Amino acid sequence: MSAISREEVANLARLARIEMSDAELDHLSGEMQVILGAVARVQEVASADVPPTSHPIPVNNVVREDVVIPSLSPTDALSGAPASSEQRFKVPQILGEA
Amino acid sequence: MSIRNSAAEMAEALAKKEISAVELANQHYAQIEAVDKDVHAFLHLDKAGALAQAESIDKKRAAGEKLSPLAGVPLALKDVLVQKGVPTTCGSKMLEGWRPPYDATVVAKLKDAGIVILGKTNMDEFAMGSSTENSAYGPTHNPWDLTRIPGGSGGGSAAALAAFEAPLAIGTDTGGSIRQPAAVTATVGVKPTYGGVSRYGLVAFSSSLDQAGPCARTVLDTAMLHQSIAGFDPKDSTSINHAVPDVVAAAKKKDVKGLKIGIVKQLSGAGYQKGVENKFNDAVAELVKLGAEIVEVSCPNFEYALAAYYLIAPSECSSNLARFDSMRFGIRIGDDGSKGAEEVMNLTRQVGFGREVKRRIILGTYALSSGYYDAYYGSAQKVRTLIKRDFDAAFEKCDVLVSPTAPTTAFKIGEKSEDPLAMYLNDIATIPVNLAGVGGMSLPCGLADEDNLPVGFQIMSPAMKDDRMYLVGGALEAALLSKWGKPILDFAPRLAGSK
Repeated sequence: MSAISREEVANLARLARIEMSDAELDHLSGEMQVILGAVARVQEVASADVPPTSHPIPVNNVVREDVVIPSLSPTDALSGAPASSEQRFKVPQILGEA
Repeated sequence: MSIRNSAAEMAEALAKKEISAVELANQHYAQIEAVDKDVHAFLHLDKAGALAQAESIDKKRAAGEKLSPLAGVPLALKDVLVQKGVPTTCGSKMLEGWRPPYDATVVAKLKDAGIVILGKTNMDEFAMGSSTENSAYGPTHNPWDLTRIPGGSGGGSAAALAAFEAPLAIGTDTGGSIRQPAAVTATVGVKPTYGGVSRYGLVAFSSSLDQAGPCARTVLDTAMLHQSIAGFDPKDSTSINHAVPDVVAAAKKKDVKGLKIGIVKQLSGAGYQKGVENKFNDAVAELVKLGAEIVEVSCPNFEYALAAYYLIAPSECSSNLARFDSMRFGIRIGDDGSKGAEEVMNLTRQVGFGREVKRRIILGTYALSSGYYDAYYGSAQKVRTLIKRDFDAAFEKCDVLVSPTAPTTAFKIGEKSEDPLAMYLNDIATIPVNLAGVGGMSLPCGLADEDNLPVGFQIMSPAMKDDRMYLVGGALEAALLSKWGKPILDFAPRLAGSK
């Protein structure tokens, strides 16, 4: 059972796009250690000859005829947006410095 | 007509015009007004919308229009299903103030059936939890004992039923979120076969496990609601294109003669409260009296179900909850013009998500990361295969499987909130059902001797054989009712101010 370090948890938080305080990281590192120790039990029975199941029922690609049906109006689609402008979602800058 | 009647009885009174849908809705709002300050089952009441729906049903009835069986009966909706124009929070700060621009298929079906949606019920944030303590809006209290949890994640829906705030409710069940709340509140809840009820408009937690389902106070009411919401939906790519089993007929049949009922050896013993096991065994004895045949079955891989679940569900959640990026809906924190999108995203997710949600996103991100994927997520998927095989083998020997729904009765609010692993153990008997995609029901089977609190009896059916749960549940419910002499909720202490 590999131990999980505080640095690893900080990296996971960065990958998951969640800012975390030092206290949160300390607390979570300890908890992750315990939880991972418990869930690692799956490895006891997961032998190479067992195929994985990703879904309880067979899932097939679903296609339909490409017909025009009513959809959300721009006003409705933007109704929950934190900010919008000119019928578009308005987001903070995504490239470089302002 | 009283708020303590069943939904079927209310439907009959409505059909006979002994009461109007508006009066019935108002009676329930009066009860909510009286008790919900103590129970806190609801996050939002849509009084205007509900009364408009009730009035329209009354008008249609007066005009002699043919209506659905449950038309005019009130319902409580778990706040994880979107309802057009009505606040939907999923128990999270992240979605505070959000009003969805469309209806979930389940909600559209409820509206088409003339069912009156009173409001949205409390839940663990994004359905992650077993106690409703993880709601960003405060916990729900169990009507049996207000210092105890109502189960979770659908504690609000179950508590609303037990407190007579609504005769019907909708829940969702990813690892037991319909069945465990039903167990600890002495109500009935069903997780249908995966794909049996549409997930369109159900805010996703773990897509391969999530399933919406019916909750009520009787098996027949649950069946009637099941019939109203089930069926193929082209908007859900995992919806099963298969006729809905006749669950209402099954609930009414009350005949289990010759039926083979399997007791799962692994879902008993260590970790199960004595009073829970006793009431479970008493209920099994009732089924024997009714002519059912009992078979003991072994499902050895169920011991690994909890571990597999706490890898699969967090993995899928870490992906599903990436949509909460503060760009298109929900709250946005720190956007003062000086910060980039990623920084705003990080800050929003820090503030918007609670502790359990963060814990699971991090766990899932770890389980899916390169280097650990095979050891964790990959292994968990293999366990899922083994659990499916255990179910297949068991269902070759028997028609349904049974177990206690939850290992203990309702615990105290705060008792387990600092120990995630202890909290996860509440779902030990319900999780295998979700991993295999089969059906699961919980119905009350008595009060535990130690604490006088409700115990749940779980019935599991093969996929698309949901009617078998109702067949066994209906028969057992009738036998227990005649043994007790009155409905189990009549043994609960009366809430202050209750009508």
